[in-house]
Amino acid sequence: MTSPNTKERKAEAQQEPPYTGHEWDGIREYDNPLPRWWLWSFYATIVWSMIYWVLYPAWPMVTQATQGILGYSTRAEAAAELEAHQARSAPLESRLLQAELASVADDPELLHFATAGGAAIFRNQCSQCHGAGAQGAPGGYPSLLDDAWLWGGSLEDIHTTISHGIRDEADGNTRWSQMPAFGELLPEEEIDGLVEYVLSLSGAPHDEKLAADHAESFANNCAGCHGAEGEGMQMMGAPALNDSIWQWGGDRDSIRHTITNARFGVMPAFAGRLSDSDLRKVAVYVHGLGGGE
Amino acid sequence: MSILDKHGRIERNAFLLFIFSLIVVSIGGIVQIVPLFYLDNTIEEVEGMRPYSPLELAGRQIYVREGCYTCHSQMIRPMRDEHERYGHYSLAAESMYDHPFQWGSKRTGPDLARVGGRYSDDWHIQHFRNPRDLVPESIMPAYPWLETTRLDETMIENLLIAQRRAGVPYTDEMIANARADLRAQWDPETHDTSGLMNRYPKAQARNFTGSAAPTELDAMLAYLQMLGTLVDFSTYEPDPTR
Repeated sequence: MTSPNTKERKAEAQQEPPYTGHEWDGIREYDNPLPRWWLWSFYATIVWSMIYWVLYPAWPMVTQATQGILGYSTRAEAAAELEAHQARSAPLESRLLQAELASVADDPELLHFATAGGAAIFRNQCSQCHGAGAQGAPGGYPSLLDDAWLWGGSLEDIHTTISHGIRDEADGNTRWSQMPAFGELLPEEEIDGLVEYVLSLSGAPHDEKLAADHAESFANNCAGCHGAEGEGMQMMGAPALNDSIWQWGGDRDSIRHTITNARFGVMPAFAGRLSDSDLRKVAVYVHGLGGGE
Repeated sequence: MSILDKHGRIERNAFLLFIFSLIVVSIGGIVQIVPLFYLDNTIEEVEGMRPYSPLELAGRQIYVREGCYTCHSQMIRPMRDEHERYGHYSLAAESMYDHPFQWGSKRTGPDLARVGGRYSDDWHIQHFRNPRDLVPESIMPAYPWLETTRLDETMIENLLIAQRRAGVPYTDEMIANARADLRAQWDPETHDTSGLMNRYPKAQARNFTGSAAPTELDAMLAYLQMLGTLVDFSTYEPDPTR
């Protein structure tokens, strides 16, 4: 039998198609053949599925599924991709690990590598607290763009802070200091006076008499950490009080609340969470944001 | 006359059509689902996975109640970019005690499978009060009532029993101590936590929000700070057959 040519098929199409004998409420079902393109596509998918069974993991058997002769596994593929990436960046990674942190800036290629990597890690790990642009957030999340550094802004200092965190009880080498809650130590009037003195340090509007009266109280209670002029002390993580940068708010009520209850932030240690070279990348990136010392 | 010629009879009988459709659909389901229950490599053998502690489980209930899964997945896929951002891909073992699982299917927010320990408790407290205080570009709703709503501790035994019926291996001892364990995890200062740590190793015991009585936020933080921290990946060997 030869297959009908186009002309014959057209003629056939104009004839009444065969009737299946099914009739429902006067609606008759014709016995039209399936379109050939559709039928062949259908057969092709069946053939393809059989090829797929052989090549890829498919049928569940007794203890595991058939593995397929290509030995494909998404997890193995992800691991291989990761390994390839690590192999590609290995030379620069090891250069970064061996370099003195301070001398990274002298090697343009290394600096670019560390800054780009650090920026990606910063956005993933740090931006939730310090902001996507490192601008910080009120409530104990300092800006990393300015020149004010609680614990030091040198590359080494930043690297230490990132590695061991601040007041992270799980890390033995964490940076630690705790301001006492003066509400338990001093009478309320004295705290009111200290607020005025603290305001005076940064040149904010204040009650001059009250401030002057409490200079001695400041020297006794506060200067030990915050410095005689309120210049702060990085060893203690004590912020400077003589500038207009305030972590917890610089208005009268906020300062009173801070002195009364003592407020301090917590930063998790990232050593262990990030690799050694990643820690260095973030340190280089943060140092390069503009405020690095 | 082969059986194929009799389809007219099936098509004319709604009940028969229903039965045969059901059989056909079931075959697809059975072939895909049933093997997962008996194949050896469905769930990886890992160190460290355990049923959730009562406080974590209570937090998990709130996670489900608030519909966190509609925006946050708990499923890190095996791809390099996911590894770089979230860490090791999720294992089936890590959700083996999840009823219902919280894999999610959409990420409006980030994946939370390994969020445990990533942020401080204080960060979470402020973030639940108003996410935009910390992340200005965030579109997450605020959940300020969590920290003001007292946690319902009376349901905890029943919750464990319900989970046991769903297949979580909670022992009679765990159920009997559920309320004590919940209290001990929230207030380790005045409670003996040795039983808790024995039953739920790596449980983080502390008053998460400094509350006077356990709040829903305490439970939520116990759950979130635990996520992704249980499995010991130093002893995990990927199975090449899966």
